[in-house]
Amino acid sequence: MTIATDTSPTVPAFGEGPRAARPMGAEAALSGGVTAVLGALGLALGLSAVFGEPRQLRIGWLLPLVGVHFDLDPLGGVFIAATGAVSIAVGIYAVGYAKREQWARFPLVTLPLFVAGMLLVPAAGSVTTFLLAWELMAATSLVLVLSEHHRDAVRSAGVFYAVMTQLGFVAILVALVVLSAGGGGDAFRDIAAHADGLSSGTRTAVFLLTLMGFGSKAGLLPLHAWLPRAHPEAPSPVSALMSAVMVNMGIYGIIRIDLQLLGPGPHWWGLTLMTVGAVSAVFGVLQASVATDLKRLLAYSTTENMGLITLALGAAALLSSSGSPAVAAIAMTAALLHLLSHAAFKTLGFLAAGSVLAATGLRDLDRLGGLARRMPATTVLFGIAALGASGLPLGAGFASEWLLFQSLIHSPHDENTLLALAMPLSVGAVALTTGLGIAAMVKAFGVGFLARPRSAAAEAAREAPPSMLIGMSLAAAACTVFAVAPVLLGPTLGRVLAVLPTVGGDAAGPQLGTILRLPGVAGSLSPGLLAAALVIAVLFALGLGRWGVRHRPAAAVAPLWACGADSLSARMQYTATSFAEPLQRVFDDILRPDTDVEVTHFAESHYLVEKVTYRTLLTDPVEQRYYTPVVRAVTSWAGLVRRTHNGSVHLYLAYGALGLLVVLLVAR
Amino acid sequence: MSALSVVAAALQVVGVLAAAPLVVGGMRQVRARLEGRAGGGIGQPWRDLRKQLRKQQITPRGTTVVFALAPAVVAGSTLLIAAIVPIIAVGSPLDPAADLFAVVGLLFLGTVTLTLAGLDTGTAFGGMGASREITIAALVEPTILLAVFALSVPGKSANLADIVSATTQNPAQVLAPGSVMAFVALIIVVIAEAGRLPVDNPSTHLEVTMIHEAMVLEYSGPKLALVEWASGMRLTVLLALVANLFLPWGIAEADPSLLAVVMGVAAITVKVALLAGLLAAAEVFIAKLRLFRVPELLAGSFLLALLAVTASYFLATPVS
Repeated sequence: MTIATDTSPTVPAFGEGPRAARPMGAEAALSGGVTAVLGALGLALGLSAVFGEPRQLRIGWLLPLVGVHFDLDPLGGVFIAATGAVSIAVGIYAVGYAKREQWARFPLVTLPLFVAGMLLVPAAGSVTTFLLAWELMAATSLVLVLSEHHRDAVRSAGVFYAVMTQLGFVAILVALVVLSAGGGGDAFRDIAAHADGLSSGTRTAVFLLTLMGFGSKAGLLPLHAWLPRAHPEAPSPVSALMSAVMVNMGIYGIIRIDLQLLGPGPHWWGLTLMTVGAVSAVFGVLQASVATDLKRLLAYSTTENMGLITLALGAAALLSSSGSPAVAAIAMTAALLHLLSHAAFKTLGFLAAGSVLAATGLRDLDRLGGLARRMPATTVLFGIAALGASGLPLGAGFASEWLLFQSLIHSPHDENTLLALAMPLSVGAVALTTGLGIAAMVKAFGVGFLARPRSAAAEAAREAPPSMLIGMSLAAAACTVFAVAPVLLGPTLGRVLAVLPTVGGDAAGPQLGTILRLPGVAGSLSPGLLAAALVIAVLFALGLGRWGVRHRPAAAVAPLWACGADSLSARMQYTATSFAEPLQRVFDDILRPDTDVEVTHFAESHYLVEKVTYRTLLTDPVEQRYYTPVVRAVTSWAGLVRRTHNGSVHLYLAYGALGLLVVLLVAR
Repeated sequence: MSALSVVAAALQVVGVLAAAPLVVGGMRQVRARLEGRAGGGIGQPWRDLRKQLRKQQITPRGTTVVFALAPAVVAGSTLLIAAIVPIIAVGSPLDPAADLFAVVGLLFLGTVTLTLAGLDTGTAFGGMGASREITIAALVEPTILLAVFALSVPGKSANLADIVSATTQNPAQVLAPGSVMAFVALIIVVIAEAGRLPVDNPSTHLEVTMIHEAMVLEYSGPKLALVEWASGMRLTVLLALVANLFLPWGIAEADPSLLAVVMGVAAITVKVALLAGLLAAAEVFIAKLRLFRVPELLAGSFLLALLAVTASYFLATPVS
């Protein structure tokens, strides 16, 4: 899939006339600046909520009858702080990006609103406020996804996103209404106080509905289909916000409602979360490892990482309901730490992909390449993001994946057959995910940025402007902190664990010191020391390579040898498709690629080949199999309903009257 | 941590550096003799290294710093592993900083760097080798991690010192079904990771069969020397690690005496020589697998590792 950078003025939203050349810089700077300032405020507010006393704020006049109700506690605070931190980086980046891409006024206004919505969701202290903030976030993100609405792919992604996000909202709405009806009030505090009195049927219904609603927001299977469509089609700063922060809100919902308000639940809740998480992780990473669109690859990687987080949450729930709060605390820490580090490296990944898109107009890895020489800073920054996403040492995701593994291998299993089966299978799933994640990220970085350019557009790439580089560098700095000094996150996570009853409240969590130690179980790791030791070891190896340097002739630069082939062309290189072909073949049964090889022979001899045409189409098999029948059924239903809408006002008035009568009868 | 632990860790690094070419040479010699050839002698890889290190340094045009640094990163990460894992003595000073998961991560960091170097050249061979290597790595990593899990169940820890001490204190568990299956699974992944038959042929120069060699085709002179040295070190470290995870006898305890360190050196020399000799002898009788049959082999070892974990969960012998 290729997207040309459309520098011609976009169709203006809101019916203003054809846009004259206007001073874009000032408006972009204002929008980006407001976003960054909002982010900074959010970061400060979030940190004060984590470390300060719980605070409540009630604004009665803002909303008739119920009022708006905010309640800041450490759990919400950590999500607010993460949202704020990402928004600072994205805001600064957006100054340069919006100017370069000539954003229309409407997305410029919506960007800060979107950030505000996401800051309000974790701050909400009551059902009504939560739903309002949630809808603000959903609606503004939809507007932003549609900002390049002159392209077909964007419109189709927008429809997908609109339908799925609203269906998810309905599920959440019903669940929360049921919860507050049975739980004695609108405020989360009241619900928490009365949660014990809920019948098990109600609890199950609320759990399943919220899992659907929040799971679809987090991009978990099988409700993930919107994510790999909407995230890549949105402008890159928005993709970064959606993929790094908005998906977190789904996780927040699961933690807040299912684990904190309703928990601890029965065993099968934890098992369900683990299953959904494991399936999402493996499926997401498989799709990422065969994707050829850079942003789609990153979007599938989001599904993968949200799957890992959900798996960790499920493990925490299962372990705490099996009576081992210490190990549950490790799993919970793994989930939270991975959520935060994912926010850092995914922000950086999408922002770097955005500067590639802005510089070349390309997202297709098969046509990129050679950017390391043309955009060195962006290349290094994307490399940091890719290292983080692959979960290798020195990467941002390493410490959290290590914690996840530790929690899975240290689960007590002496008398619990359930744990003895669930944990090895989860380790298998997580291990497969990390292995394939490495392949996906090597492909994104190696094919996209190294080697030689595979198209004229990639050949002409230029480095991104300073504001974009500053935004990305902030995210890269955060990645480095997660990679070598997770110790800085220790106090924050400790405060959050203390308010989560599911993990035993006062059970000591893992100590994220210079050496990560796990109380109660033997296991330790020091990312910082390991990084320092690795640097020393590499320097030592470089010294080894200088052995015998006195005897050497002077160093020289020479053409590539390439087994003696002269005049190599860029078309002889491996592309992303060919790079992933062995993996695609190995996982043929799951991916179900639609491939076609057509061999044309010379007329003279059947043994000589004139040309070979290879065509492959990779679609999302889950979407193909489960979504198509649903869409078809809904379409045929809609056809039936349309017959009752013949345009006659009299008929519509009659419908209205009939409806009112039914309501009156029922309500009586 | 005594001074001798530090000495033992330093000895491990120096020992791996010195022994790696000898291990490769020894394996070639065993193979040559079994095939009826005279062979170049055990010291031949050392002579090759010395020759290559004195050749001209050539930078292929169009390659970036990734290509230039990759040999040092592979060698450096392998040396770091050599300093962490228990080869001569248990309880390296770095043991609390890195457990078996971190060691696996370091191993893959090296693999990934070399893969990127292969892609960086922009040649068809580089890409081909990189694509094949990463496919195999992606399938090997789950197996290694599962085997780590199986091994860490008896000692209740993934830290190497704890695993090895658990085995020395309770020798019977080496023959437990979980342990045996984990051993077989680990041997298969060591073969795959070190690029030996039947997964990859280290002496091939045929395009269709190359994996590791295809990635490093553009290296020459001192850089090639470092790449080959590093791949020998990886093989040596992996063999030593497997030997000590399953047969830790002879290894020096934490806070060792001088005699224990000398004993440890002798024990690991014998163990690695035996394992390498067996591997080389076995290689004479096997042909390289077709590339797309390799995943079947690796899937088999993955299942074996999964069974190993489940077995060690259900049939865990209590640690006395």
